[in-house]
Amino acid sequence: MPTSPAQRAANRRRTLTGWMFILPFTLVFLVFLVAPLLYAFYNSLFTKGLATGTVFAPLDNYIKAFTDPSFLGGVAFVVGFSLVLIPVQMIISLAIALVLDAVTTRFARFARLMIFLPYAIPAVIGAIMWGFLYSPTFGPLGQLFGLVGLKAPFLLDASHVFGGLMNIVTWQWAGYYMIIIYAALQGIDPTLYEAARIDGANARQIALRIKLPLVTNALLLILVFALIGTLQFFTEPSVLRTISNGGITQDFTPNLYAYFTAFSYAQFNYASALSFALGVVVFVCVYIFLFLTRKRGSFLS
Amino acid sequence: MWFDKNVGYLANLQDLFTYDGSIYLHWIGNSALYAVAGGVGSTIVSILAGYGFAKFAFRGRNLMFSLLLGAVMVPLTALVIPTFILASDAGLTNTIWAVILPSLLNPFGVYLMRVYIGDAVPDELLDAARVDGAGELRTFLQVALPLMRPAIVTVLLLSMVATWNNYFLPLVMLSDKTLYPVTVGIGVWQGLASGNNGGGHSLWSLIVMGSLISVVPLVIAFLTLQRYWRGGLSIGSLK
Repeated sequence: MPTSPAQRAANRRRTLTGWMFILPFTLVFLVFLVAPLLYAFYNSLFTKGLATGTVFAPLDNYIKAFTDPSFLGGVAFVVGFSLVLIPVQMIISLAIALVLDAVTTRFARFARLMIFLPYAIPAVIGAIMWGFLYSPTFGPLGQLFGLVGLKAPFLLDASHVFGGLMNIVTWQWAGYYMIIIYAALQGIDPTLYEAARIDGANARQIALRIKLPLVTNALLLILVFALIGTLQFFTEPSVLRTISNGGITQDFTPNLYAYFTAFSYAQFNYASALSFALGVVVFVCVYIFLFLTRKRGSFLS
Repeated sequence: MWFDKNVGYLANLQDLFTYDGSIYLHWIGNSALYAVAGGVGSTIVSILAGYGFAKFAFRGRNLMFSLLLGAVMVPLTALVIPTFILASDAGLTNTIWAVILPSLLNPFGVYLMRVYIGDAVPDELLDAARVDGAGELRTFLQVALPLMRPAIVTVLLLSMVATWNNYFLPLVMLSDKTLYPVTVGIGVWQGLASGNNGGGHSLWSLIVMGSLISVVPLVIAFLTLQRYWRGGLSIGSLK
């Protein structure tokens, strides 16, 4: 399409103004996302040894990472943890949101707020509080079991730590997810329910056939956040490690392993490779997931 | 029972505020500084970028927006160690900037602002302002900005919470304990206390008290700003 000089000047001006507005973000993006990733990638191509010094060995760190039982074990844990945690979390937050959407008493408003509140508590603090509650010496669990003469299970030891951590993470995040679903439910046009009722639908059918399909986008958004969050699991295991009696090891999750590799063993090149590998694994997992569930009008399109 | 030990709350509180040269108050102050600076900074960046993406069909926009969506999917903690290595080579570690500057990166905030502005700020209104002779900056500040308020409050609150709650980044970046935010400070106390089980007893009461107090500011912020964030949280999911 031929354009007049005036139109071209207007286009140029629009491009310039547009870039001016996104310039600060572009700078932050380049300096704090692209640069660290590239630098980590660059660092990960070298190996450092006491005898050999720093040597350029492009694949060594990655071969080491993907054959390192510590890294693979951590990845297996976070993947397994996501597979159990995310469905449980989604079902709980969806169920609560549906109930709170249908009930509009003063108590429901209060409950909504209380269920949401753990989100405002820093993960470190939440983990420490749960550490107290789980503690066999001064936790309520020990006393409860003590009443009937039993020894309470320690929820952070090797055989219970999966459930113990799942409880903490669900407590922390289910309320936030519930609020997102709730907000989406509140956005649905109520005349739809009226029409369904006239057609003879009961409350359960309205919830499952009308409300659920209309909040799919909210559910997808939550799923993606939960997936990204769980795969990079760090704060809770790092805080609870010292009191877990060995239930949480230094290589419990990939992020924890990268942290100890860098700061306890000063292997920065290998830690760079671990971080980069973790970033790529998460990115690819989430991308595949979004690609499989994509539809018009949602996040990726 | 575990909760009815005879606890002298006031004595504990005083202990908390004076222990180790009032270090706890330093930590709360640092957390507030990081949360406000990081939160306000990243919100401004998000507003500008969201407006740019939503309202200007400029060359390169689609490419930049795809990069932005890609950035949402990069796990931010995977960036912590690389950012530390970079900052350490630049001599920035162990300063407040090492915590504040990386907090400015908030791709999801940009995404939320872009979606909201696309819906809530009509092109016709902006064109009318331009026809009336307002420059781009004035159109943005006086016409568009007031319409974005719910999204701004939501993004601000979410990014302040994220910075206040952040643990991994400051843990890695800071070694001077007077620069710690409260999350790292209490985490360090907890590590010390569980390291020597018997001798650490007085530290446990500080940890409990310190944890409770550190939760108060955010709880108050959420309760008082309810009206704004409840609507704002649906922005990303309604479309």
